Amino acid sequence: MVSYLLRRLPQAALTMLVMSVVVFVGVFAIGNPVDILISPQATATERDNAIRALGLDLPIWQQYWSFLVNLFQGDVGRSFVFNVSALHLIMERLPATLELALASTLLGLVIGMPFGLYAGLAPNSRVSTSIMAGSILGFSLPSFWVGIVMIMLFSVHLGWLPSGGRGDTVYWLGARWSFLTTDGLAHMAMPVLNLALFQISMVIRLTRAGVREVILSDYVKFARAKGLTETRIILVHVLKNILIPVITVVGLNLGTVIAFAVVTETIFSWPGMGKLIIDSINVLDRPVIVAYLMLMVLMFVVINLLVDLAYMVLDPRVRLESR
Amino acid sequence: MTIEVRDLSTHFRLSAGTIKAVDGVSLSVRRGQILGLVGESGSGKTVTGFSIMRLVESPGFIAGGNILFQGTDLARISEEEMRRLRGNRIAMIFQDPMMTLNPVLRIDTQMVETIRAHEKTSREEALRRARDALGMVGIPSPEERLKAYPHQFSGGMRQRVAIAIAFLHKPDLIIADEPTTALDVTIQGQILAEVQKLTSKFGTSLIWISHDLSVVAALADEIAVMYAGRLVEQGKVGEVLDHPLHPYTKGLIDSVPNRNRRGAALNQIKGMTPSLADLPEGCSFRTRCPREAEICKQVPLTREWLHDHTARCHRPYHPTEDFT
Ligand SMILES: Nc1ncnc2c1ncn2[C@@H]1O[C@H](COP(=O)(O)OP(=O)(O)OP(=O)(O)O)[C@@H](O)[C@H]1O
Ligand SMILES: [Mg+2]
Repeated sequence: MVSYLLRRLPQAALTMLVMSVVVFVGVFAIGNPVDILISPQATATERDNAIRALGLDLPIWQQYWSFLVNLFQGDVGRSFVFNVSALHLIMERLPATLELALASTLLGLVIGMPFGLYAGLAPNSRVSTSIMAGSILGFSLPSFWVGIVMIMLFSVHLGWLPSGGRGDTVYWLGARWSFLTTDGLAHMAMPVLNLALFQISMVIRLTRAGVREVILSDYVKFARAKGLTETRIILVHVLKNILIPVITVVGLNLGTVIAFAVVTETIFSWPGMGKLIIDSINVLDRPVIVAYLMLMVLMFVVINLLVDLAYMVLDPRVRLESR
Repeated sequence: MTIEVRDLSTHFRLSAGTIKAVDGVSLSVRRGQILGLVGESGSGKTVTGFSIMRLVESPGFIAGGNILFQGTDLARISEEEMRRLRGNRIAMIFQDPMMTLNPVLRIDTQMVETIRAHEKTSREEALRRARDALGMVGIPSPEERLKAYPHQFSGGMRQRVAIAIAFLHKPDLIIADEPTTALDVTIQGQILAEVQKLTSKFGTSLIWISHDLSVVAALADEIAVMYAGRLVEQGKVGEVLDHPLHPYTKGLIDSVPNRNRRGAALNQIKGMTPSLADLPEGCSFRTRCPREAEICKQVPLTREWLHDHTARCHRPYHPTEDFT
């Protein structure tokens, strides 16, 4: 396991390096922040001073080099707008997004697996057809539209749930969390469900496909021939095999959920990273954008690694090969 | 009599029509006896085995007949009663050992669950029995091997594990569905010997499904020959192989390579196995039969032509009465 990690590490570092170039060049292409940051009334000298202070007068490769050097010292730069560390800005918002993404992934599994299991075991029943039709809706309805409908229904019309914000939060493990208070949970309900819709649908389809395949396998037939109860066959023999693809896909999807929570956060004014990055793009706050994108790359790399490790734990065949 | 199957029919209802995969099969096995069930691919051997286990899945269903197991008709009992018999009084060994064990569960889990599905025993006791069972089928250092996963075993070893599982409750009947077909020849012999030893030790009745006549000749007491869902000939192994009545049986025997006739062309049964969806009327073998006659357009009935030797044929070899 350790040797496996050591082998993966340079690979991960290289990915990060390549991505940093892409990100840096990409952000440069968006536009010149000077035009937005400096008031049009400023004199030419003021303008030049500002440009020099931000380091924007240097050629791009030099800017990149100093960015890289700073990066290795753990400094991703300061926000042009807030004049604080970009990383600090992002980290402040990270828990809110993380909370949303993890809760929706959990919901995806908790709702998706039983429904998928049922749809796989009784594929021709009317309930199953409804489940599968529902999962297509979950895939195809645009999440901003669903979000707006949810607000209209539950906040405006019924008045059951708050339409935005995080509600009461509690300080725990160095950050503020909503899920630890009832008010926070009420605020989370709609954005989490909104973000989970796609994942529920995905898990339903994955689970169903897995059940259809595994249930026909010889080892399930053999388990029946051994006289095991149907409950044990499904909960142990079938489920344990299905868990492998489901965990892999859901795990890999977690990065996407975090990165694309933007839409949900915007609709529900959820003060997470997604909202921060949209605001930063609007004012071309380069250091924040770069830091955010680099963090996303890092996150994808780490998640990939974790999924591989989970895979090893779940699948004894992989576990042995990599020893 | 351990098992007595009477007039068993198992059909598959498909969109194209109903397929009679097993069509009026009757067979029986006495305590401690071995019945070899032979026939070419697609003749319905596996479906017969699964029907006895009541493991035929939709779109298949048991359309009729009785499966008398120690006097109880398995075709009539509840699913839960059947579950209590499976793996306990009737066990099954499958064809492909690479596929029969669950890849993500350890061997001990797969053995202990089988014991505890039928008996209230402690885990320790079950583990001890699982270990003994592995030792009994010739798996070296069973204590350690219990903790292994299936992919850590070779095909032959996996089949031994499957056999150990089948014998865990010392069943009265084991249905072995071509358990050696997927293995190479030397291993085949070992597995064969192992099963033979265990059945005679425990007095287990055995239905050995195979398309290999030489294996059946060496192992079985009785033989039943299946063709297109029907039994066409049945009797003592020596008797049937030496004096086949049905032209299909004779064809099967003649197509076995024989070292005394090296170089001579093998006698193939002419034609192809017909699809079960459109069998010829009457005797389903008649279009391939060298002895076909007008009468074969009528369905032949099973008849005891010789003592304890039946065939389903209008014009068998070894006529004991005149044909005209
Ligand atoms: N799930 C199924 N759906 C439809 N038809 C089936 C199904 N299973 C079996 N059959 C039909 O039953 C027939 C007999 O199949 P079976 O598996 O019993 O043959 P077999 O004698 O065991 O052959 P083999 O030697 O290849 O194992 C097949 O030809 C097929 O037409
Ligand atoms: Mg078969």
